[in-house]
Amino acid sequence: MTVFIDKLFANTTRLIALAVLFIVAWIFTVLIHHSMDAIHAFGFDFITQDKWAPNLEKFGGFAAIAGSVISTFLAMLLSVPFAIGVAIFLSEIAPAKLKTPVGVSIELLAAIPSVIYGMWGLFYFVPIIRDIFGGLGIGMLTAGIILAIMILPFMASVTRDAMNTTPDILKESAYALGATKWDVIKDVIIPYAKAGIIGSLILALGRAVGETMAVTFVMGNVHKVSLDLTQPATSIPVTLANEFTEADGQLYYSSLFELALILMVMSFVIIAVAKFYFLRRTRSVK
Amino acid sequence: MTTIEKRLLVNRIVLGLSSFSAIVGLGFLFWILYVLVANGINALNWNIFLFEGAPPGYAESGLKQALIGQFLIVGVATLIGVPLGLLAGTYLSEYGQKSKIAEIIRDISDIMMSAPSIVIGSFIYAVIVMPMGHFSGWAGVAALAIIMLPIILRTTDDMLQLVPSTLREAAFALGAPKYKVIMQVVYRGAKAGVLTGILLGIARVGGETAPLLFTSFNDNFTNYNLNEPMASLTVTMYNYATSPYEDWQAMGWAAAFILSMFILGLNILGRLILLKKKGR
Repeated sequence: MTVFIDKLFANTTRLIALAVLFIVAWIFTVLIHHSMDAIHAFGFDFITQDKWAPNLEKFGGFAAIAGSVISTFLAMLLSVPFAIGVAIFLSEIAPAKLKTPVGVSIELLAAIPSVIYGMWGLFYFVPIIRDIFGGLGIGMLTAGIILAIMILPFMASVTRDAMNTTPDILKESAYALGATKWDVIKDVIIPYAKAGIIGSLILALGRAVGETMAVTFVMGNVHKVSLDLTQPATSIPVTLANEFTEADGQLYYSSLFELALILMVMSFVIIAVAKFYFLRRTRSVK
Repeated sequence: MTTIEKRLLVNRIVLGLSSFSAIVGLGFLFWILYVLVANGINALNWNIFLFEGAPPGYAESGLKQALIGQFLIVGVATLIGVPLGLLAGTYLSEYGQKSKIAEIIRDISDIMMSAPSIVIGSFIYAVIVMPMGHFSGWAGVAALAIIMLPIILRTTDDMLQLVPSTLREAAFALGAPKYKVIMQVVYRGAKAGVLTGILLGIARVGGETAPLLFTSFNDNFTNYNLNEPMASLTVTMYNYATSPYEDWQAMGWAAAFILSMFILGLNILGRLILLKKKGR
């Protein structure tokens, strides 16, 4: 009897653990299956054309894909320097009394739902952009900035964690040789924790690509690629959030599923690179 | 300027810049927090808990349907996601250990933890909403449970591995079968850590909006039936905030405030449990 229960328990846990792999495979299968109509109808044009006209049953995802890339790039450009600044501040500069409270509040801010960042952006940031640049205030630039602010706490705390892996003894040795704090940061911490820092930044990038609610409020959902960043635009998550409930017709749905598939593949690859190429190495060093 | 002076100057400039960026970054974040608290407290009143959503202009309007829906969706998702995640995590830590398949499951779960939640929503739309023909609370539950599973799995795995193997060996030496060792020794040793993981997992899915937009959808009336479309705080917040009516927008802030307090509360509680455990 005991042997039976023992086997049953072991097999149940194994089955459920394997179910995780099954679910992921299922997600990809379903997304591919539902994208088939759009893939057959538009082929590669889906990626290169930006004409998105539901009434004509013409769908090109270029504007959404480009929008995802541009908004994420903008967000990274704005938040990386600040995140590294905050991380350096928390790991090297802040007095011990400040380290814990500031560090914990950054981590708590990372837990605040992104929909709240989006709402704040809509009510408080859009008017500022409107006053400075004119127009609606809704668009790529606003979305990039809100995304940058939303991703900042997560990015800063994982970057700090990566910097903190540097053994104290290495830092102390450098200080003993007369190094300034900056010398220690650039010659000891950054070389030591380089892989971890880059991995953390890329991980944050992976989160930013798939982030929906922080940008849906302020992007505008206009399928057009414009060099003027203050113009309304769209990205893959924004298109999905706005149009999934409105879609009618097989091809419309299929096109949305193809966008979802592209987004899933993009973030899967980015996160995998961060986790396995950069962060794994730091783990083995430890 | 001597080299030492130059080095000190560069040092000062860099430290200044980094402190400055920390202050700017923190400034923005506290601005958001301030806006959230100020608007939220302003909009908070008893009606919010007593009444359902009403057309703009009605004083007797509230978030009752969203609060109940949120509780039901997140609660049932927790009831499904936590046991599954616990058992799967148990497999990784106690049975799979360093085997190839266990490592693959760990890697895939790591990726799924950061995967775009809106894609999970579209997946559920395809496998539940389309076959059923309508939005439903169950679809929202399924989406959140899928998001929760890898989180619980990974924290359980990590926490169980922290239990010293000498404890397991001692129990085995007494003749206990493996499942009893796991249930009565390993789980007890890892209780605090696993509980914290569960609380953080609930906090994480509690704030999800994107996967609910086209799964559980929304409803203006209180509904206890998971077979029907169901309101949630997050989707209601999104709809109210994007409406042009000021009283609806205020209600959106109230929802945002209640939700954030719930999520921050869970996070702080989780940390306290871990701290207490460490303090002992």
